[in-house]
Parts: sequence; structure tokens; C-alpha cells
Amino acid sequence: MNNIDAKTSFTIMGFLLLIVGILQSWGVAFSILNLCLISAIMSMGVNIQWGFAGLINFGVMGFLAIGGLATVLISVPPVVESWSAGGLGILISLIFLIFIIYTCLFINKRFSNYKYKYHLIFAIIILTIPALKLISGPSVKLIESINPAAQGYLGGLGLPIIFSWFVGGLLSAAIAFVIGKICLGLRSDYLAISTLLISGIIVSIIKHEEWLSRGVKNVIGLKRPAPYEVDLQNSEWFINFIELIHFWAPTTKGIIISSSGLFVKLCFTIIFLITLLILLYLSERAVNSPWGRMMRAIRDNETAAKAMGKNIVKQQLNIFMIGSAIIGFAGAMLVTYDGLFTPSSYQPLRYTFLIWVMVLLGGSGNNYGAILGGFVVWFIWIESAPIALLLINIFTFFLENNNAFKMHLIESVPYFRYLMMGVGLLLVMRYKPEGLLPEKKIKF
Amino acid sequence: MDFLNALILLSNFVIVPSITYGSQLALGAIGVTLIYGVLRFANFAYGDLMAFGTMCVILFTWLLKSWGVNLGIFPTALLALPFGIALTIILSLFFDKTVFEYYRNKKSSPVTFIVVSLGIMFVLNAVVRIVIGPNDIVFMDGSRFIISAVDFKEATGLLEGLTIKSTQVITIITTSLTCFLLFNFLNKTKTGKSMRAYSNNEDLALLSGIDPNKIILITWIIVSILATIAGTLYGLDKSFKPFTYFNNLLPIFAATIVGGIGNPLGAFYGGFVIAFSEIALTYAYKKFIFYLLPFSSDSTNLIQYISTDYKFAISFAILVVVLIFKPQGIFKGKVI
Repeated sequence: MNNIDAKTSFTIMGFLLLIVGILQSWGVAFSILNLCLISAIMSMGVNIQWGFAGLINFGVMGFLAIGGLATVLISVPPVVESWSAGGLGILISLIFLIFIIYTCLFINKRFSNYKYKYHLIFAIIILTIPALKLISGPSVKLIESINPAAQGYLGGLGLPIIFSWFVGGLLSAAIAFVIGKICLGLRSDYLAISTLLISGIIVSIIKHEEWLSRGVKNVIGLKRPAPYEVDLQNSEWFINFIELIHFWAPTTKGIIISSSGLFVKLCFTIIFLITLLILLYLSERAVNSPWGRMMRAIRDNETAAKAMGKNIVKQQLNIFMIGSAIIGFAGAMLVTYDGLFTPSSYQPLRYTFLIWVMVLLGGSGNNYGAILGGFVVWFIWIESAPIALLLINIFTFFLENNNAFKMHLIESVPYFRYLMMGVGLLLVMRYKPEGLLPEKKIKF
Repeated sequence: MDFLNALILLSNFVIVPSITYGSQLALGAIGVTLIYGVLRFANFAYGDLMAFGTMCVILFTWLLKSWGVNLGIFPTALLALPFGIALTIILSLFFDKTVFEYYRNKKSSPVTFIVVSLGIMFVLNAVVRIVIGPNDIVFMDGSRFIISAVDFKEATGLLEGLTIKSTQVITIITTSLTCFLLFNFLNKTKTGKSMRAYSNNEDLALLSGIDPNKIILITWIIVSILATIAGTLYGLDKSFKPFTYFNNLLPIFAATIVGGIGNPLGAFYGGFVIAFSEIALTYAYKKFIFYLLPFSSDSTNLIQYISTDYKFAISFAILVVVLIFKPQGIFKGKVI
């Protein structure tokens, strides 16, 4: 347990997925693998902030939601009727909002010595909310009344969905800039609480501004960077291809359908794997560069780094934005893979704390550790229900099947994953606090 | 007359609910702030500790009911409360011995404590859901209303009715009693004083012969009592659902920081600040203004500062404002 290296651990992970493929089904194995890859990117983002810079960001959920919103805003075709009905009103309120923000910034800069500066800015912000509602209200009502069952929002730009990953990253970085400006001066536990609460604000905005994101009505049927199953089943080359692989027996319709699903998942796996490898390469390069050493110096001893003339506030803001951008990128990937955007599903337990468990379990400060954490934790998260069921059946073999206690336990099988996560986290923190793959200590 | 109507309307929909919700938040926030003051970390498992305590109370309520025991017009849960508190204390002490003590002796950083409390949060989340399930549970019994709207209208002849639920009165009385006892304990007794001393300056407190283990033990006991009472009151007033309790952690944190973290009195006021702003800013004042204006207006707009959807977001926004203006909180907690 003491000295596992990256290769062994990833080989073990591969074998586990193989076992799932053989015992359960290859479809399950590939969906676990795909989500493992996405989780790995999420935990890399958190690892950049926490492992390399020591910034505690509990706002992961918010950045993932922004990434998801980006997929909607980029890939969905624009709803022309909504734009003509209420687009102008929305644009005017947007301009108004930008004007207000610039006014606040102007006041902040120009009257920097004025005693009641903050009170003035505060009053402006308080008055902005009703004014904004007054300006945009009628347009919002119009937009939301247009075909509310399927649309009722402005739609997006109709571009390929891959673009949205980058836009998701950029949007997240922009929001991270604002949050960082407010919160980064705070001490660690304060930073944790305030980022958690701000991510709550972000999610509630995305959830309730229906003209923007359809809110709780969800956006379904998003584009894909991979082919659709139905198209595959009807295309000549795919059927020939399956016949070629499946040479030992005649190919039936059922095999074509199941293998088309598998093929789509495989396409996603390839795309995600390439993305992960590119990010890993970039991140490794950054970490081992002078910049990476400076970040770790800031993390380990802020005062010393300051004495060396490093601008700590600026560097921390930079790395906070970079990490959040990667999280937003992963959020867009997740929504792309799911094919639907459900704002109400963003809960801190699943989208903030689980990602943190990945980083801490895998090994903070080590990219491979973060990736391994993403794989292991997601694997346990999904496979804990079957494992728990098996354990319950083994330990209660002496009880009859209609025993109330046993039935209650079997009903609550989905919640054993929380138990496993919690116990796993506590054990790792106690006995291997540096994680499964610890940070490499550089010796000179 | 119109003025009276407006006043009753406001107290029915804003003032009474805010005081009730504020009391629940205040009790929770005092617990968080005590943990922060004495044990020096933000406990993310607190919402789930509340859920655990409430779950125990519900289980004992069911047990008592199955024996045919009840309190008449009062909810049976009040009778089950001491048993729930006892179990919660045992749980807290168990986690302190098995988990927190190790890190305390190692003098780990506050972040380690936060991470460990996340682990406990996951465990408690699972335990509560496995034992009682994730669904909504209503365990309120006894009489529901002290004053119902109809009776009030008949008695006073006003157009607006004032409803006072018995849970609201129970919440307010229990909170006042608990806070009275707690602040008396902290300010008057020797143990309470040594607790405050320890929170203020650990080294100095140790030098003057204060036993840290005793202080920590008492803190966990008080915190468990507060968590169980706050959780039970919230559950009686609304309903019990594990997920809601986890989410309630966020406004409780906001109340704690707004009041000044580590300062119990501040946390108490912080709870009311958060509750009043959440409810007052999302209330639609159309009818209220209708009573006050000399002329009648036919405006179809709801006169509402911000939509009810943003109820939670308001407490978070207040927190952000406080962080920018007064990072140490309104009532001067520890400067972080």
C-alpha cells in the first residue's frame, strides 16, 4: 500500500473496468469509463487550485453549472420568435447591467478615498435589481410564453457543441475572476464557506432564469460530437463493420443495436481521452515550469514568496481562474455526454464534495493522483450499490427474504455509496493523508 | 382600520414566520459558532448532525406513539426530545474520540478539520438515509393552531386574519428558554467562563489550569443539544427531509459569519438578520400597500423586491456583502 506507482494503479483500474465489462455489460463499463474520464478532468481542475496553490474552492458545483449553461448557449439553435419578441428588451437590460457595473467600478476607482464609497455602491446595487426587473420583465414574460413546452427561452447560437467546452471554460474563468476578487483575500475556511455559498447563488440563477436556460424545465436533446445510434444502425458501413468483427456467428438486428450504443460510447471515450491527455500534458508542463515552482512556493510559504518579490494576490487569482476554467470545461463535457441540461440536478454533495473526495483520495499536488482519484471514486460511486447489495445478502443470509429488516436494508442500497465515500475519506485522511499517489518531492 | 389591517397582514406573512425561522437558524448558528470558537474549525457535518438528532427524535416519537403515550395538545416530539439529544451527544462524542481527537493532538490545519468533517458529513448523510429513508416525514401532532385566521377575523372584525401555529409558539418559547440557559451558562458559571476563556486564548487558558478535555466534552454536549433542538423545531414547523437539512447548513453558515464567527450572541442575531431578509425581501407587498394607500390601484405587478425563487440566494448575497464590508462580522467575531 505504501509505494504504488501510477502505472500499477491505472492497470488495476483497467482490470476492474474489464471485470465490470465481463460480469455486468460492456455498455456499463464504457459509461463508467467515460464518466471516470470527465471526473478526472474535474478533479484535475480542483487539484490545480488546491494541490498546487493551496486555494480551497468549494464552488465546484457553480463552475460545472456554468459549463453546462455554455453548452446550451452555444449549441442549441436560436429561437427566432423569442428573439424577435423579447430579444431587444433583454439586450437593453444587458447594456443597462454593463453600464451599472462600469459605474460601480468607476466610483470605486475615482472616489477611492471617499468615506461612503462602499455605501454608495451598495445602494446602486440594491436599486439595480428592481430596475432590471422593470426593464426586462415584459420581455421575459414574452419570451417565456412562446412555445413553453419545448422552448420558452432564447436558445443558443447553433454552433457545434465542442466549441461550448471552450466557452464554458472561458465563462467559468470570467466568473472566477469576480469571485476571486471578492474572496481570495480571506483565510482558508472562510474561502471554503464563501465559495460554497456563491456557487449556490450561481446555481439558483441558472435554475430560475428560464428565459436563459429553461431553468427547471431542462433542455433536452443537445447536439453530440459523436454519431447517433439510429443513424449508425441504418448505415451500410457500420453493419459491414460489425459483421467483420462479429465473424463467428451471423449478425442479428439485436447485435447491431447493442453495438451501435457501444460504438457511440467508444467515440466519446476517444474524444474524452484525447482531451484528458492534452490537459495532462499542459498541466504537467505548467507544474514543472518556473511558474509551477513559484505557485508551490506561494502555497508552502506565502511570506517567503512575498519577500522574493512575487505578487501573491495576482498569482492566486490567475491559478484560481485557470482551475475554474478547467472545471467549467469539464462541466460542459458532462452535459454534452448526458445530452441534457438539468439545472436542478446541481447539488453540492455530488458536484462539489464528491470532486473534493476524488482529489484528496487520489493525492493532491499530483496530476496523476487527481486522475486516479477521479477514476477510483467514480468507480466506487457507481459500483457501490451492487457491492452493498452483495454484502447485505452475505451478512443477512440467515434472515428470510421477506424479513422486514433485510428488505429495509435492500431498499436503502443506493445510500451506501455515501457511507463508503465518507468512511473512505476518513480512512485516507487518517492513514495516508497525502493520498494514493502523493506529490513528488523534488530533490535538488 | 386600514393601518391595522396592513399591520396584521405583515405580521401574518412576514414578522411571525421570520421570528420562527430566525429562531431555528439562530440555534443552529450558535452551535456552529461554538464549534468554531472552541474547536477552531467550520463543521460542515453540522446540517447532518441536525438531521441525525431529528431522526432520533422522530424514532422515539413513533415508539412513544405506539405505546399510546402523547402530550395532548403538545407534539409528542417534545417528550422524545431528551432521548434524541442523548443519542446525538453519544454520536458527537464518538466522532470526537475516533476522528477529531487525533487531528487535535496533531495540531492539524483548519483545512484538515474541514475535510474530515466532510467525511463525517458523508457518513451521517448515509446513516440518516439508510435508517429513515430520504422522504418527507411529518411528525407533528397535537393541536395545529393557537389562533386561526377565521377565529381572529371573527374576534376582531378585521379584514385580515392572523394565524399563529402552535409550532411557531413552541419554537419561539423553546429558543428563548434554550438561549437564556445557554447565555447564563456561558456568562455566569465557572465552566462557561472557562469555555469562553479557552475560546479567547487557548494558551493562556491552559496556563491557568483549565482542562481542555473537559471544555471540549462540554462543547460537544452543548452543540449536540442545540443541533437536536434546532432540527426538531424546524421539522415540527415544516417537515423532516434529510436533503433539506443538509441545505439548511448554508443559511446557518451565512448567519454565523454575518454575526461574527466564534461569537454566540452574534450568531443569535445573525440568524434573525438572515431570516428577516430572506422573508421580507421575497414577500409580495401588493396587498399591504393597497391598505396603506389612500387610493386604490389596479397594478397587476407583484410588488416584490426579488422573486421567491431566490430565497436562499439572498442569505448568500448578504454574506458576500458582509465579507466585503466587515469581514469580522456585524458583531465582531474572530478576525479572520
